[in-house]
Amino acid sequence: MRFLHLIWCNLKRKKLRTSLTLLSIIVAFVLFGLLSSIKQALTGGISIEGQNRLVVRHRVSIIQLLPVSYKQRMERIPGVSLVTHQTWFGGRFEGEKNLFFMQNPVVPEEFLDMHPEFLLPDDEKKTWFRTRTGAIVGRSTAEKCHWKVGDKVPIFTPIWRRPDGGQTWEFDIAGIFDGKNKTDDQMSFFFHYDYFDEARAGAKGQVGWYTIRIKDPSRATEVAKLVDQEFENSDQETKTEPEGAFAQSWANQVGNIALITSAILGAVFFTILLVTGNTISQAVRERTGELGVLKAIGFTNGQVLGLVMAESCLVSVLGGVIGLGFSCLIVPVVGQALSRMLPMFFFPLRDVLLGFGICLALGIVTGIFPAISAMRLRVADALRRM
Amino acid sequence: MSGFSNWLSQVGAVTKFGLMGIPKRGGSVAAAVFGVAGVVGVLVGVLSMAAGFKAAMASSGSPDSAIVLRNGADSEMVSGFGQEETRLIADAPGVARSANGALASAELFVIINLPKRSSGTDANVPLRGIEKAAFQVRDQVQLVRGRAFEWGKNEVVVGAGAAQEFAGLDVGSKVHIGRNDWEVVGIFAARGGTAESEIWTDAKVLQAAYNRGNSYQSVYTRLTSPGAFKEFKDSLTTDPRLNVKVERQSDYYSEQSALVTTLITTLGVLIASLMAVGAVFGALNTMYNSVSTRTREIATLRALGFGRAAVVFSVMLESLAVALVGGVIGAAVACLAFNGFHTSTMNFQSFSQVTFAFKVTQGLVVQGIIWATFIGLIGGLLPALRAARLPIASALREL
Repeated sequence: MRFLHLIWCNLKRKKLRTSLTLLSIIVAFVLFGLLSSIKQALTGGISIEGQNRLVVRHRVSIIQLLPVSYKQRMERIPGVSLVTHQTWFGGRFEGEKNLFFMQNPVVPEEFLDMHPEFLLPDDEKKTWFRTRTGAIVGRSTAEKCHWKVGDKVPIFTPIWRRPDGGQTWEFDIAGIFDGKNKTDDQMSFFFHYDYFDEARAGAKGQVGWYTIRIKDPSRATEVAKLVDQEFENSDQETKTEPEGAFAQSWANQVGNIALITSAILGAVFFTILLVTGNTISQAVRERTGELGVLKAIGFTNGQVLGLVMAESCLVSVLGGVIGLGFSCLIVPVVGQALSRMLPMFFFPLRDVLLGFGICLALGIVTGIFPAISAMRLRVADALRRM
Repeated sequence: MSGFSNWLSQVGAVTKFGLMGIPKRGGSVAAAVFGVAGVVGVLVGVLSMAAGFKAAMASSGSPDSAIVLRNGADSEMVSGFGQEETRLIADAPGVARSANGALASAELFVIINLPKRSSGTDANVPLRGIEKAAFQVRDQVQLVRGRAFEWGKNEVVVGAGAAQEFAGLDVGSKVHIGRNDWEVVGIFAARGGTAESEIWTDAKVLQAAYNRGNSYQSVYTRLTSPGAFKEFKDSLTTDPRLNVKVERQSDYYSEQSALVTTLITTLGVLIASLMAVGAVFGALNTMYNSVSTRTREIATLRALGFGRAAVVFSVMLESLAVALVGGVIGAAVACLAFNGFHTSTMNFQSFSQVTFAFKVTQGLVVQGIIWATFIGLIGGLLPALRAARLPIASALREL
């Protein structure tokens, strides 16, 4: 601490060089913030509330339906405590054609019981339960479509027709839900399965997929196997997996984004490392004589090492903190602009901390070589070079 | 005239000084070169992904072929037709004919789960049921291995892209669909188009396996000429027995690729722009360094009568040279690392996988070099001005 002033003066000596180095580090960490957010948006997906839920779908593919009668059979399987189902409605709101959000028919009471992460006021809950054409929608979609409780909203679906051939379905917004956490789904739209099943022209009694809650999360694999065995050799065989794995498999379908972003990050940091490392070693080389003087007046090897290291760490941590702080500010703005394409775009705290670690490491790596050579400097050699 | 050649030789002299000094300032120059190379590499690499995806989609349809979907459907996945409707479409005016009848193929489009080879995780692989005309309504679909499937049997042929990306699709292996095993009997290529991501089989057999009765999802047709499209479309959309949407295959596929291409391009340009800002700082640092180590030389030259413009110009030239070397390295690395790299991604419109190869096009390389040029110019400008403004007397004193 005593030497902070000395370090600061050394940095100020070439203001231009220090500020350019600082700026490139700041840029690197802003980039880091954006890439982490992109990665989060593409692979993080919607987080899974409980580890105690399994998803059961048709073995061949998700687009094939399962009979609604499977529910009773699943409920009899030991270890299963709750079973509910959803079906892909695949519609869109004509007022916001390009807004992608999921609309699924569900059995309301069971559904909310299964998904405690959806927070819905009690009175809205009651209205939804008793309104046959009622629907609940996540806050983010409701805001984008300007829907309020009590609105009648038309949803067009290319998949489901009513007997009269109509493909536009009308629903009454009974409630608007929030997610318990930031990463919980706040986009989807849920409505009564009974209304849907009665009004659709075909595929009656068929549902998209089941969610089951198990009593003991540690027995998930075992229960999943029991479920699949139950329906083996039937016309509709099933594939059961934990909800997390199910969600992850969607992210994996997009491609190995994590690998690509890490490759880019690697390239960026390699570059920054070169620039900073070079600048710092240059700064030390220029001061060989001064370091010799410091040693001659009694600075220990350790102190000289610390001085040089402190200088490099100060630059990179300062740049890193400013860069990360700036990312925290701009990511929400960018996220707003991209919200249609990438709704889950935010800078996770985990990565903010990782970024802080990286800037510290950057300071140590770039400082260590010049610091060691400064430490090894022999006083006589150094003074002769003046 | 002699004034100009004199000026040129001044520029040459100063530039030579600068370039000859590069080995001494190796670290700083290398940092700038790598900085620019990073920007260009990332830009070209990311955009080549978008270009490859777009190319796969674009080569999927020629202008004289059309696709018919149910009105309101934006992809085959959510479309549907009865047998009768598909007959009406095949009989419409404008459809080309061969000895075996109309060149129209009513098709079924579903997905099956297969693990990706790279990650082992499930992917939605498109499975298409086709009719005999399918090979004529598409361009250049040809078998590259094995044989064609036999009509009416549980056999499939697999697109080259799908065979490469997804496990268990080699000739001779079996795919489990419904209650049966289906044998893979051949591999086909389609000029890198989306068909290469698909598995094909007989539509009739697929209908039975998926309990689809006698229904189809789309009709692909070959038209008598590109100009026949209007007639074909008008006759179908005005037919009261039909409620359909008619598009050229090329338009349909470019619509399908729009979302993914826009997303990749936006993100790629965003990342590369930020990196470019970083690279400009790197170049500035290098060039300021270059100017400051030559303070004395530059001052001496100025004292000898070298003009300010010559100094500015030569510093800019040096910066440009450094940036261009970086740009060429970046583009070359991107080309070697990414060009032809096979991967697959989800096409959200159709809910299914599309396999494609990264494509580093000439246009992308040129774009990368242009970026490098700008970084070089911006990074060189301020240091060049500083060099020109050096007060000669005090600079000479810095001995």
